[in-house]
Amino acid sequence: MEQNTALKGSTVCQVLTFRLAEEVYGVDIMSVREVLDFSSVTKVPHTPDFMVGVINLRGNVVPVVDLKKKFRMGATERSVNTCIIIVEVQIDGESTILGALADSVQEVVEFEDNVIEDAPKIGTQLNTAFIAGMAKRESGFVIILNVNAVFSMGELSVISQTQQLPAEENHE
Amino acid sequence: MSTDVHQDVFIQEATELLQELEQSLLELEDNSEDMELVARVFRAMHTIKGSGAMFGFENIAALVHSIETSYDLVRNGKLGITKPMLDYSLKACDIIKEMLTDPSMKADSPLALKISAFFTETGGQAPVKKQREPVNKEELLTSQNLTTFRITFKPSADILLFGSNPELLVKEVASLGEASVSALTTDMPLLDSMEPEKCYTYWEIILTTNKTENDIRDVFIFVQDESEINISVIDDFTGGSDSLKKIGEILLEKGDISHEELTSLMDSRKLIGEVMVEKGIVSQDALDAALKEQQHVRNVREQKAAAENISSVRVPSEKLDFLVDLVGELVTVQARLSQIAVKENNQEMLKVAEEVERLVWELRDNTMSIRMLEIGSTFSKFKRLVRDLSAELGKEIELVTHGGETEIDKTVIEKLGDPLVHLIRNSIDHGIETPQERVAAGKDHKGHITLSATHSGGSVLIEIADDGNGINRDAVLKKAKAKGLVPENSELSDKEVFDLIFAPGFSTAEKVSSVSGRGVGMDVVRRNIESLRGTIDISSVQGKGTTITLKLPLTLAIIDGLLVVIGGQFFIIPLSIVNECIEFNEAAHKSSSGRRIIMVRNELIPYVHLRSFFDIREEAPEIQQIVIIEIEKRRIGFVVDNVVGDHQTVIKSLGKAFRDIECISGATVLGDGSVALIVDVQKIYTGIE
Repeated sequence: MEQNTALKGSTVCQVLTFRLAEEVYGVDIMSVREVLDFSSVTKVPHTPDFMVGVINLRGNVVPVVDLKKKFRMGATERSVNTCIIIVEVQIDGESTILGALADSVQEVVEFEDNVIEDAPKIGTQLNTAFIAGMAKRESGFVIILNVNAVFSMGELSVISQTQQLPAEENHE
Repeated sequence: MSTDVHQDVFIQEATELLQELEQSLLELEDNSEDMELVARVFRAMHTIKGSGAMFGFENIAALVHSIETSYDLVRNGKLGITKPMLDYSLKACDIIKEMLTDPSMKADSPLALKISAFFTETGGQAPVKKQREPVNKEELLTSQNLTTFRITFKPSADILLFGSNPELLVKEVASLGEASVSALTTDMPLLDSMEPEKCYTYWEIILTTNKTENDIRDVFIFVQDESEINISVIDDFTGGSDSLKKIGEILLEKGDISHEELTSLMDSRKLIGEVMVEKGIVSQDALDAALKEQQHVRNVREQKAAAENISSVRVPSEKLDFLVDLVGELVTVQARLSQIAVKENNQEMLKVAEEVERLVWELRDNTMSIRMLEIGSTFSKFKRLVRDLSAELGKEIELVTHGGETEIDKTVIEKLGDPLVHLIRNSIDHGIETPQERVAAGKDHKGHITLSATHSGGSVLIEIADDGNGINRDAVLKKAKAKGLVPENSELSDKEVFDLIFAPGFSTAEKVSSVSGRGVGMDVVRRNIESLRGTIDISSVQGKGTTITLKLPLTLAIIDGLLVVIGGQFFIIPLSIVNECIEFNEAAHKSSSGRRIIMVRNELIPYVHLRSFFDIREEAPEIQQIVIIEIEKRRIGFVVDNVVGDHQTVIKSLGKAFRDIECISGATVLGDGSVALIVDVQKIYTGIE
């Protein structure tokens, strides 16, 4: 929610837009570290299926999340356009680096404050807590994500536990 | 110019000094005749007092002053060490610690006053001569061992930034006797290149006093590292010598400032007059040469002294952490280089790769050893704990430590403190009986706790052994059954019973004391130790005592790992626990009635398919490998597709996103840049068990 107020406070907000299936999403440019081509990812066992795995980012091990799976939009098909957006998020007050899979990264757009609206209560498949705002433009809407909410600890781990238990039972 | 930074430095230094002080005091308790220890106590106190006053901790200085005086008397053999004296000294350490965190605290708390009063009283029993009191002139002249010193005090340009006031120091020196002070400004730069925060002035002080050179040096004790301090005897009033000439020469050469004063001070001596005559004769160049010569000798001496001084360096630990990170990266890159060299099969390159490998390993070991600290400092902290707690509980306990020189990674030591405190508290509270009980049981009335550390391969074993009552197996079992931790009428081995102690919320203490019995703790201890990739083990004999063994890795940053492949993905198994690797034919073992057990040299070994455990769905090759590891003296096999070989594993955390993953303890970056996961064998093992 901090993100929300931050967006309202400034007159112009820069957003990196990317595509997940047919929809255009955006994240505040301030939380984006860099964008990488999709490379080999190491799957970590006993993790929810939206956790693609980990990559080596110049010697650091960085987890990667498949946003499409996370948003229940089906799995991301790997193509030449597939990218990993490296974002810096706050988990439990500590800043952490995470990667997010995107079908393609588009551009950096500036939005005036007044074109950004609150997330509609109904009409999106997404949990509204994930949405920092919706920005109108000629070609349609950009859904601006609240990365801190999407990658919050609860979101990442609650499911990992429920997924882990049956897996362990199978093998004991 | 903020003094906060300096205060921080002081606080840090004082904390270390207090630790040393506490240790010395405790040792002194055992051996009150040791004058070396008394001197150490005195020195520590003196430094705390001096630098405390300098950095605005007058309250500390005031408190320490009275104590220091007493120890000075002890040092001079006028007073003996008494137990109350040590008790109060230790209490004073505690108060000073509090004062350090809260500078506004006054030295007038009831306890502090009591301490001051006590020491003033003990100090007052013998005539006390205050240090460095201004010397009376008449007394001076009649004094026997009169010496004239030339003191050149050249503070470093940054001295003002360190929060010291050179002027005060100069005044202090001047108060030691008959002095003439001259400020030399020859180093003063032109106004446009002058930095107002720097000190360009230096001082030359001619001091006639009955003090020794060491007394003078004491004044500069807090700035001596940064400053140039030269003290030389110009005149000891025992008759002349040729060397005097030279010093006189130089003094006069510089004498454009203190000429008259020097002359008046020295005019009783004919030699000086001769020098003056000589000064007129000898050319400027010759004098400069002489000066240079002396300067040269001095420089050489200084360099030598400096070289002797720098036997240890204080470095912020972040810098070390960064260095370790860099070495980690280098190890990764080196692995890549070796890989490429082997692939290319280029002899020249192989040679270089091998050389690099050797160097990197050496660098790695060296860097790791810098981070290694002796565990002794941690051990000595517990002396105090044992002393205070046993007194509180009315028990007589002696703490014996062995292997304090065992080195272990700094991070491990830091995280080890709390669990150890807990275990020792447990031993004191639950383990060791009261003196009456002990005598009744036919034991020495004094209980012993032995704290020892030894190296064992890639790990360090820390043992906390007491000769107390031991763990009451039946009581533990009864409690566990009452709590529903184990089903009624179940039979458990000793080990299983002792493991119950680590269950959350478990305590056999009948009543909760201030020390322990709340039942939070042992589970936390175990968690802490496991987070260090260590293990904890209890053995106990009823009536004889309990021994708790902690096994800890030497370092947390880099381990030797065994690189294995499962379904095309790389995993690392810590090499330190790997016993052997053998070939494994799935088909051949199908027959063993679905049980996952193989026979290795007449030993039945259970095994785990890591492939299915990790949910890797690819087909397994026909011939697999089984990696046999040993945990807690039991062997267990892990089936993998292929064993690649050993690998220098730089451990990277998987971060918070994966903190709930139990079977993976971290990750590492392989030579080709891909990521391999480190298998947490311990967790898998306990999970299966």
